[in-house]
Amino acid sequence: MATNTLKMGIATPSVNVLITSFYHSILGETMKVEQISIFIENKSGRLAEVTQALGDSGINIRALSLADTSDFGILRLIVDKTDQAKQSLKERGFTVNKTEVVAVEVPDCPAGLAGILKVLDAGNVNVEYMYAFVERCGGNAVIIFRFDDPEAAIKVLTENNIHVLEGERVYGM
Amino acid sequence: MIWNEDFETLPREAIEALQFKRLKQTLDRVYATVPFYQQSFKKAGITPADIRSLSDLQKLPFTLKQDMRDNYPYGLFAVPLDQIVRIHASSGTTGKPTVVGYTKRDIDTWSELMARSFAAAGASHGDVIHNSYGYGLFTGGLGAHYGAERLGASVIPMSGGNTKKQIMIMQDFGSTVITCTPSYSLYLAEALTEEGVDVNDLKLRVGILGAEPWSEAMRTEIEAKLGIKAIDIYGLSEIMGPGVGIECIEAQNGLHIWEDHFIPEIINPETGEVLPHGEKGELVITTITKEGIPMIRYRTRDITRILPEPCICGRTHVRLERLSGRSDDMLIIRGVNVFPSQIESVLVKIKGVEPHYMLIVDREGTLDTLEVQVEVNEQTFSDEIKVLQDLSSMIRKEIKDLLGITCNVRLVEPKTIARSEGKAQRVIDRRPK
Repeated sequence: MATNTLKMGIATPSVNVLITSFYHSILGETMKVEQISIFIENKSGRLAEVTQALGDSGINIRALSLADTSDFGILRLIVDKTDQAKQSLKERGFTVNKTEVVAVEVPDCPAGLAGILKVLDAGNVNVEYMYAFVERCGGNAVIIFRFDDPEAAIKVLTENNIHVLEGERVYGM
Repeated sequence: MIWNEDFETLPREAIEALQFKRLKQTLDRVYATVPFYQQSFKKAGITPADIRSLSDLQKLPFTLKQDMRDNYPYGLFAVPLDQIVRIHASSGTTGKPTVVGYTKRDIDTWSELMARSFAAAGASHGDVIHNSYGYGLFTGGLGAHYGAERLGASVIPMSGGNTKKQIMIMQDFGSTVITCTPSYSLYLAEALTEEGVDVNDLKLRVGILGAEPWSEAMRTEIEAKLGIKAIDIYGLSEIMGPGVGIECIEAQNGLHIWEDHFIPEIINPETGEVLPHGEKGELVITTITKEGIPMIRYRTRDITRILPEPCICGRTHVRLERLSGRSDDMLIIRGVNVFPSQIESVLVKIKGVEPHYMLIVDREGTLDTLEVQVEVNEQTFSDEIKVLQDLSSMIRKEIKDLLGITCNVRLVEPKTIARSEGKAQRVIDRRPK
């Protein structure tokens, strides 16, 4: 009897946890955007080779950012066909990683971005890096965020009524 | 298995007696037939008759690689060319290659010693030996080939290159033993992964790897990636080719040098003084059965020490400690001696880092600079700059901890550092000479 009670006691909250995490993962999966990053040595022509490779495979770049050091750079891209892009770059010998980022609609007005960063800060969400999207969404700008914990970030943003764009929508923009 | 029980397990006194007898014969022969030796002995004020014991060997002058170049191509041959049945040459990175010739009996001895080496590495007549050493002027290919045939194994004369084909043959022919350079074995492991071949589906169980120095850490990596026992083999064309010494599979600790054919000494490379067993220095080898081109006290420039302790395998021939590099591979950077193999041992210990690297040594003003180029791969790559910078600084720190010198670590794109199918080229020294 005693064992049963104990089991019951544990079972009830764990079901709740399960439902919550299930909800979050659904939310997370559709809300997150896949980004590919490519290692590029600092030598002439490498960036051109990457973009040419994508062009040859009929892949369109939706957003990009290049981070660089004196020796190498990391090119981060949002493209319309992520897996195909990754495959075609790998075939040409590039080191490619896929990471998940979040596309956030930002009011195109003074302090528009500041307001969002404040919300994230209050929610203890850490931004690794961010860059702007080429297209606008309605009257708003779109910023790509790389968070250390994207699920937590999406939760904080949606709870504060900030619009997070779905992956499918971003690839087709 | 011990291939030649009689000779490989001779008691010490018997080995020494045999060595002395064969040394005397060799000295008499070279004194009579090779003008170079006659002159160098005379210059040292010595004749073969002055050598009355094995320890008198140290009275004889050294033979250097330069002496071979000076006598290019056939000047050191001790027999007329009509008795030479094979000629090999080393890849001379600077100037002329060094040329060696073999009589029929030399080829026979070489085959015997390579067969012994294969057996020591755990191979037998039942094996399918996949020989990826290059066939040609390089001694690796034909040396291993003849030994494998002598062993009675089935030899696949692959030679180097065309890795895709090597993989196909390996799968279809059921290769059980591979002979190649350690760097090629890693390249092969990489290619297998790319081709989607599971090493567990291969029959490969032993790799006999040599022709370049490699580290214990690299062995661990090769054994894990290819699912084999990796055995270190030693040889150099000036002495014979592959099979001068080999690790036994039982101990994998030190390379037995075939003392009934070679006399090893360790010297202080600066003073030439002979060092006692156990001390580290330059390996000097005298051949005592070779006919075509006998070598008296040849300075190999390889750094090692002699391990005289008995080995668990039962062989009585002394072992050489795993070679840490050639003295001419040794770089002096800001006064510190650096062997490329030391850098390698740092890299293979870092998870995800490929042991393909290049060292660029240069000089800025009066200061030597060292750049270590390391390839980024999917395991080490990240979309975040700081992760890659952490990787470079970790490598820099590990190298600093080991060698005490600061270097610059440059991360480069994968597969941009040349993979060698022969000896790996690890160093570019741009310092003005």
